[in-house]
Amino acid sequence: MTRRTGMEIAFAAAEAVALCKPDVVAAYPITPNTHIPEHLSDIVADGRIDADFICVESEHSALSACCGASAAGARTFTATSSQGLLFMAEVMPIVSAMRLPVVMAIGNRALSAPINIWNDHSDIMSQRDTGWISVFASNGQEVVDMVIQGFKIAEHRDVLLPLNINLDGFQLTHVVEPMLFPDQEEVERFLPEYKPYATVHPDRVVSMGTLGMPEIFNEAMKAKDMGLINSKKVILEVWREWEEQFGRKHEPIEAYRTEGANVLLLTVGSMGETAEVAIDELRDRKMPAGLLKLKLWRPFPLEELRKAVKGAKVLAVMDRAVSCGGSAGPVCAEVKSALYGEPGCPVIVNYIIGLGGRDVTAEDFIQIVEKAAKADKEKPKEAYEIYGVRGS
Amino acid sequence: MLEIRWHGRGGQGAVTSVEMLALAAIGEGKHAQGFPSFGPERKGAPVAAFNRIDDKRIKVRSHIYTPDVVVVLDSSLVGLVDVTEGLKDDGILIVNTAKAAKQLKEEMNFKGTVATVDATRIARDELGVPITNTTMLGALIKVLKVVKLDSVEAPLEHKFGRIAQKNMAALKRAYEEVKIS
Amino acid sequence: MTNKKRPETWQEVNLGCMVFSPGNASEYHTGSWRDRRPVYDNSKCIKCGICYIFCPEGCISQDADGYFVADLDYCKGCGICAHECWPGAITMLQEG
Repeated sequence: MTRRTGMEIAFAAAEAVALCKPDVVAAYPITPNTHIPEHLSDIVADGRIDADFICVESEHSALSACCGASAAGARTFTATSSQGLLFMAEVMPIVSAMRLPVVMAIGNRALSAPINIWNDHSDIMSQRDTGWISVFASNGQEVVDMVIQGFKIAEHRDVLLPLNINLDGFQLTHVVEPMLFPDQEEVERFLPEYKPYATVHPDRVVSMGTLGMPEIFNEAMKAKDMGLINSKKVILEVWREWEEQFGRKHEPIEAYRTEGANVLLLTVGSMGETAEVAIDELRDRKMPAGLLKLKLWRPFPLEELRKAVKGAKVLAVMDRAVSCGGSAGPVCAEVKSALYGEPGCPVIVNYIIGLGGRDVTAEDFIQIVEKAAKADKEKPKEAYEIYGVRGS
Repeated sequence: MLEIRWHGRGGQGAVTSVEMLALAAIGEGKHAQGFPSFGPERKGAPVAAFNRIDDKRIKVRSHIYTPDVVVVLDSSLVGLVDVTEGLKDDGILIVNTAKAAKQLKEEMNFKGTVATVDATRIARDELGVPITNTTMLGALIKVLKVVKLDSVEAPLEHKFGRIAQKNMAALKRAYEEVKIS
Repeated sequence: MTNKKRPETWQEVNLGCMVFSPGNASEYHTGSWRDRRPVYDNSKCIKCGICYIFCPEGCISQDADGYFVADLDYCKGCGICAHECWPGAITMLQEG
């Protein structure tokens, strides 16, 4: 039976992992994801799940251990943040190219320097092209849901790819709030036992991570890319099954009060919830503004985006990371590329907000919408703006 | 929606207070958030922690700038930190101090409601240590009536185990002894 | 899951580029890389096996009489065996 419980979201993530009965967890603690592996190590030590918790000496080792464990056929989980994810970078594309369904929670945090332990999205954005499925949670409930869905998606025979769940550091990881937890039996009904495609085992020899010469590399990359693109079908199918069993809907892009909207905000992660408050306020003032919350980041939902922006005059894309020296923030660059040449494409403006834990309020979003609304008459001078930066 | 800011020093358990209050409210079927002032842990440094409580689902995830209620776990923070910053004019200030509520209200020149309780003395009596987080929770429950006294029992039990009853006793004494002006 | 010589199209690439036939590296004859070959003078050989241990290709084996011989299908002619052989039983002879 579903249970409504209040809990810190990082702990809830660990509880959701435990419900999936992983075989191996290897992680190295780093703020702000620390409570996830910390609580999982408690769960393993208390004997609540029969898993190996591998205490490694670095994030590079954590993901390497997960890679090996997954290749041996284990259901595998890890978690990290910020520099920790960057330290995993070498192993990230290897895990995906070897088609190993490792699931990872990323408590998103800014990258140094200056040293900053607070939230933004520069960690995951630096790893967006590594071939992992990537989803963003906007609240604790979505974290719980996405962890359980994550194993099912990643391990699906038509997918077999690693998956990361992004939850904003502190803004989500450290907040106590109510969530609905399915019970063990419900999770087992939803999530089948993991049956690996191939395992490194002497009974049936297989080589993984072999050399790929130039004659094969194009084809190998195309196969990996198509694997990720084709995973969307399974992601949508698993989300449908989730809705049928648990009644909570998940979509690649969630629309909030977009009917008749001239201006659309597009957000990723937890700021989407605060943005809803702003949209409510603007609608009360008879301002036709709406919100799109991007939940599926990789594979990028091209068709859904094109459909979602139809009819809008201005699309204001929120980024929580800077693509230094680039043409836009990482999300906006993706959005512009997806909408280029589309008939009736809205004017696209880009605001970079909430860097390194800078607070984002509903009032900020109201001001952004009011500013963006003028963009179809007068094009902004800059391609993107770091919102609220001091100094003109 | 009710917004509460707790002031304490690192190690005094302000984060536990917000967790206990959030869990008590959630246990009653309400919606609640409890979160620390995000950042590294700093023992002794002035810190804050926050609660939001509502009957509806809470969407806002920004900091709390204009709280309805401020709770001060340690009276040495008054004067050191601007504890009434952003507090609404008709807001409520609950302070751990031996001073009478009326006296503090005058000293601080605060127009809203002031409640005081000597939580340090209660905590020393009941727990043997001057850690006032659970004690002050009792004062808050009495003043705000936002959750029932019984509702904190299960969260305290889960958090404190064998010392839960002592904490509950301290909490109940503060509930009885808090004075409002 | 069959092992193909080389996939013609991306659809034929094994999932994760996995290789399912063990030891198939032996199908690749590296002897064509060689421009010098090791020649053993068994009158100097003390059968210590240091050439066998050091051969990076693993292509040296011991014959029925206990002497060592390199498999020229795989020997790349690196000369490490000759360098390591302290009794000087191996010399590298230019091919061709």
